[in-house]
Order: sequence, then structure tokens, then C-alpha cells
Amino acid sequence: MSLAALFFYLFAAVAVASAFMVIASRNPVHSVLFLILTFVNAAGLFILIGAEFLAMLLVVVYVGAVAVLFLFVVMMLDVDFVELRQGFLQYLPVGALVGLVFLAELVLVFGSWTFGEGVTGAVLPAAAGVSNTVQIGRVLYTDYVYFFQAAGLVLLVAMIGAIVLTLRHKTNVKRQSIPVQNARTKAAAIDVVKVPSGKGL
Amino acid sequence: MIFTLSALGPALPELLLAVSAVILILFGAIAGPKSTDTVNGLALAAIFAALVLVILGPSEATLFNGSFQLDAYARFLKVLALLAAGSTLAMSVDWLKVEKQARFEFAILVILSTLGMMMLISAGDLIALYMGLELMSLALYVVAANNRDSVRSTEAGLKYFVLGALSSGMLLYGASLIYGFTGSVNFLHIAAAAQEPTLGLIFGIVFIFAGLCFKVSAVPFHMWTPDVYEGAPTPVTTFFAGAPKVAAMAVFVRVAIEALPHVVHQWQQIVVFVSIASMLLGSFAAIGQRNIKRLMAYSSIGHMGYALVGLAAGTEQGVRGVLVYMTIYVAMTLGTFACILSMRRKEGMVENYDDLAGLARTSPVKAFLLAALMFSLAGIPPLAGFLAKYYVFLAAIQAGLYTLAVIGVLSSVVGAFYYLRIVKVMYFDEPAEAFEPMPTELRAVLGIAGLFTLLFFVYPAPLLAAAGAAARALF
Repeated sequence: MSLAALFFYLFAAVAVASAFMVIASRNPVHSVLFLILTFVNAAGLFILIGAEFLAMLLVVVYVGAVAVLFLFVVMMLDVDFVELRQGFLQYLPVGALVGLVFLAELVLVFGSWTFGEGVTGAVLPAAAGVSNTVQIGRVLYTDYVYFFQAAGLVLLVAMIGAIVLTLRHKTNVKRQSIPVQNARTKAAAIDVVKVPSGKGL
Repeated sequence: MIFTLSALGPALPELLLAVSAVILILFGAIAGPKSTDTVNGLALAAIFAALVLVILGPSEATLFNGSFQLDAYARFLKVLALLAAGSTLAMSVDWLKVEKQARFEFAILVILSTLGMMMLISAGDLIALYMGLELMSLALYVVAANNRDSVRSTEAGLKYFVLGALSSGMLLYGASLIYGFTGSVNFLHIAAAAQEPTLGLIFGIVFIFAGLCFKVSAVPFHMWTPDVYEGAPTPVTTFFAGAPKVAAMAVFVRVAIEALPHVVHQWQQIVVFVSIASMLLGSFAAIGQRNIKRLMAYSSIGHMGYALVGLAAGTEQGVRGVLVYMTIYVAMTLGTFACILSMRRKEGMVENYDDLAGLARTSPVKAFLLAALMFSLAGIPPLAGFLAKYYVFLAAIQAGLYTLAVIGVLSSVVGAFYYLRIVKVMYFDEPAEAFEPMPTELRAVLGIAGLFTLLFFVYPAPLLAAAGAAARALF
């Protein structure tokens, strides 16, 4: 067994096991942590097939951003996950049935799959000595620059939209103003009052 | 490959809009809410400058490996979309300020949506189509919910968003099927590959057409239209009824004619069905409406049906008919909405058509122009709306689609009922309380639109020639 095969089985086994733990663990925070483990192992699998750019993207985007966001949501939302989980086993037969149907479909597809004439020849061979990242960059910023820019504008609209629909300027909120704080002097801040004894203010 | 900046020349109007949107958002964010008037003015100037650039710019070009194509067809529709978007923005400013919904982001979203429309009109492949469509729609979803404190406005935005996402999904599914069965996303390559109908290709066409029908609000994908039109703030409804319809119809025609010219018989059936269903629903469902914005929603569904009659013909005549129809439709709709935007009493906006009662005695000029627009929407000769219908029905008859033409004429007779009822209310009912005076920009739009529809038959040659040249560019 070669080293690559060894690592494949290692990553694959851990990925499947941690994916199972995502749905099986009782604590939702543990679920998210297992999800992160699954992502990292999937990234390892990507590296094994030579897609190092996708692997890094998976770690940066999914682990770095999405999973951490999940973690925030899970920890901040007051959802009773124990109650949500009631009847988990009850749905197991249906879920297993759906899984089996998918498995059967996959077997059928892979069993009968044939490439059309000339399709395999149409796949571009990887250029020698150029990494994936460089290749994607070359295509993304030349042939697809129009779509790249358009996608940027779509994201800009999404950002503006989120701000337009949710941001509210509250008027009666006291905000900290550091220059005002620094400008306060002893004379302005302290008022010495003579209190006659026995009378109070 | 050496790339020079001047090679981007044909896309200069789009670049201008994108850059001005980014600059304006920065300006607005730094200067704060008090900059709304300045941003509105600059946004209008940007749209006007883009219009000038489209008119003066190169007449034919292909950029980005065929993803962006500029031809007579694209220029014609871009001018129309920019005119519609610009005049809508001009009409909204005052209304939003009075209703205390003015925000500087509104103008920026209108610019970005218009940019999406222009990308859509120029789309040369399925990816560009999808990107343009999403840019246009995403901005529209946000402006629909512009009045975020009103339940109906947010409901309109949410409903439009959910159904729009569904239609985008269908469109994407269709696009992936077409890509899978023809091996390309480029319209011209698809046309070369799709010589005969295969099952996968037909499925793809059906899904893409379903997505596009949603955007032009044609039956059976029209359900969102009345609720969104009614719930959204009136200037936003005006915007919805004009420019996005133009852009969506433009790309509908382009996909059908440019990408699928050899399978006309397959998509013709879909377009004929959609067209008949839209015309009938637009005529019958509007009869029971009292809210004039809802009425205009059904009216626009019907009008999209009439415009699709031209596409169903699948000929150069037919496409010319669609272009003429869309131009006249935009003029009539903007004029009518200029009136609806001015239906303001002391206590606020009113939206029922009974509120127009006796308008002929309280403000005769407005009533006369609105009556002309209503006659034109109904398609009564010799007004512009009649000629618009005439050209699409003529194309349908020349293509042998007699049933479609006959149903179209009959449903336009039914539809005349509710347009004429508005005229009756204005001229023969007891006058209701007068409206507040109309702002200048609404007067201007109503005047121009009214005169255009009244006098179009005197000198229709320039528009017909331009539409004819635009239609030739597709064949």
C-alpha cells in the first residue's frame, strides 16, 4: 500500500466518522467542531488528488468563515437542541430509505455512465509546471473577467441591500466620544458644594 | 495577448454606471443622509451620461469572448431601458421625499439595477444572462422593500425575492441542461449545435423560458405581480413596470431568436400558450380590481402577452413588432404612473380608481392626457397603443398564427372595458375632492407620454425604422 493510499484511507475514514458525529453528538457545539474536522479532512482529500487550490479554499472559506459563523449562531441562539432532537431515531428508517435510494441511483449512474464521442479528448490537459492557483488566476482574470466583475457587483448589491433593509440609526442612544472625554477638565467635571451640616442638599 | 483599455470602449456606458454607483455609495456613506438630493441628482446625471454614450458610442462590437455583444438591437433596447429608468428616478425623488422614504441608497440601487439590465440586454451567453439577471433582480428585491416600516412593502420585497429565487433556480437548471446538450454557453455556438430538437434540449428550453416568463411576468408565472405592484412604494412600482420588463423581454427575444433559431417550432408552442394565457388573464382578472396599482399589474401582464405575440411569430417582422410594442408600452405606462404618483390628497396618497372621479372638472388637462393614455392602453385607433398591437398581430398573421391573433383581438376588446371605465369615472362621475398640484417632473413625463401616444400615428417612421434595423441585427 503506497503512502498516498494510506493517507486517502486515513482522511476518508476520519471524514466519514466525523460527519457521522456531526449528526450524532448531543451538544450542538460539538457538532460544529466535528463539521470543521470533516472540512479539514475533505481538504486533505483534495490535496491528494492534486487540487491544492480547492483545498486551501475549503479551509479558508468553510472552516475559517462559514463554520465559525455557525459556531456563533449555535452559541448565540437560544434553541433547545435536546428538544429538537426528540424523535431523532423515529425518522431513522425514512432517512435510511432515502440514503439507500441515493446509493442505488449512484450505482446505476456509475454503472451505465459512458462519455460521449470526443468528450474525453476535449478536456484540456494541465499545463506542465504551472500550479492550479496560477492557472485559475490566469483564466479568471482574462477570459472570465467580465463575470468576475459582475459577480463583484452582485455582492455589492447584496451588501447595500442588507444595510438598507436592516440598519437603523438610533437617535436616543448615548455614544462614547473620546475627544469630549479627553477635553473634560477638573473644573468642568467636579462641582464642590458646601453642604450646611444637619440640612442635607 | 496585449490588452488596451480602449478595447473596453463598447462597454463604456456600463463601466460608467458601475463606477458612478461605487463612487456615489462612498459619497453617500461619508456625507450621510443629508446628501440624498446630491446623490439623486448625480445618479440622474450618470444615467443620462450613459444614455448619451450609448447613442454616440460604437454601433457594433463583441467583447469578452462573445459574452458581451453590442449591436443595433442592444442599442435600441438600452436607450429604451435607460430612458425608462432615468424618468422613473426623476419621478420618484419628490414622492419619496414627501412620504419620508428618501434614502440615498435608492438611487444607487436603481443605477445598479439599470446596469444589470444593460448587461442583460447585451448578454451573449448564458453566464452573462444569469449575472445580468441577478444583478437587476437583486436590486429590485431591495427597492421593493424600500419602505421597510410598512408590512405590505416588506411583504412585497420578500414575496418577490422568494419567487425570484425560485425562477432563477429554474433558469439555471435550464441553462445547465442546454449547456450539457449543446456543449456551449455562447448563444451562437448553441445555435450551431442545436440543429434538431433533442429531449434534453427541449427540457432546457422549457426551464429557461419559465425563468424568463417570470421576469416578464407572463402567465402562468405572474402570481407575484399584483401583490408586489400593490405593496411596493408607487415609484418602485413605476420602475418595475418599465425598465426591467424591457430588459427581460429583450433577453427573452435574444435567447429565442439568436440561440434557438433551428428549433422555432418547439419554443413557438410555449410562447403561443404563454401569450394567450397572459392576454386572457390580463383582460379578465383586471375587471374586479379597484386598486389602480393592482389594475396596472394585470394590465402589464396583458401587455406582456401582446408583446409575446410578436415573438411567437418568430420572424423579423415579429421582433420589430415586439420592439415597437415595448417602446409604446413604456411610454404609456410611465405616463399613467405619473398620474398615479400625483393622486395625493391632503391626508395622503389614494390608490383606488374611484378617487379619480370627476377629474375632468378639477384638472381637465391631466384628465384629458390620462384618458388618451387609457384609450391607447386599450388599443383604440389611431392612438399609439393601437399601432403597437397592429404590428404584432400583423406579424402573427403573416406567420400563420391566426388563432393567436384572433384571441388577441378579442381579449383586447374585453380589456378595453376596464380602461374605459376609468375614463367614464373621470368624465361622468360627480367630482371628488381635488388632488394636490402635480410636481413639475410628473407634469413633464405625463405631457411627453401623452403627446407621444396621441401623435405617434402622425409620424411613426423614425421609431419603425430604428426598430426594423434593431430587429434585422438579430437575423
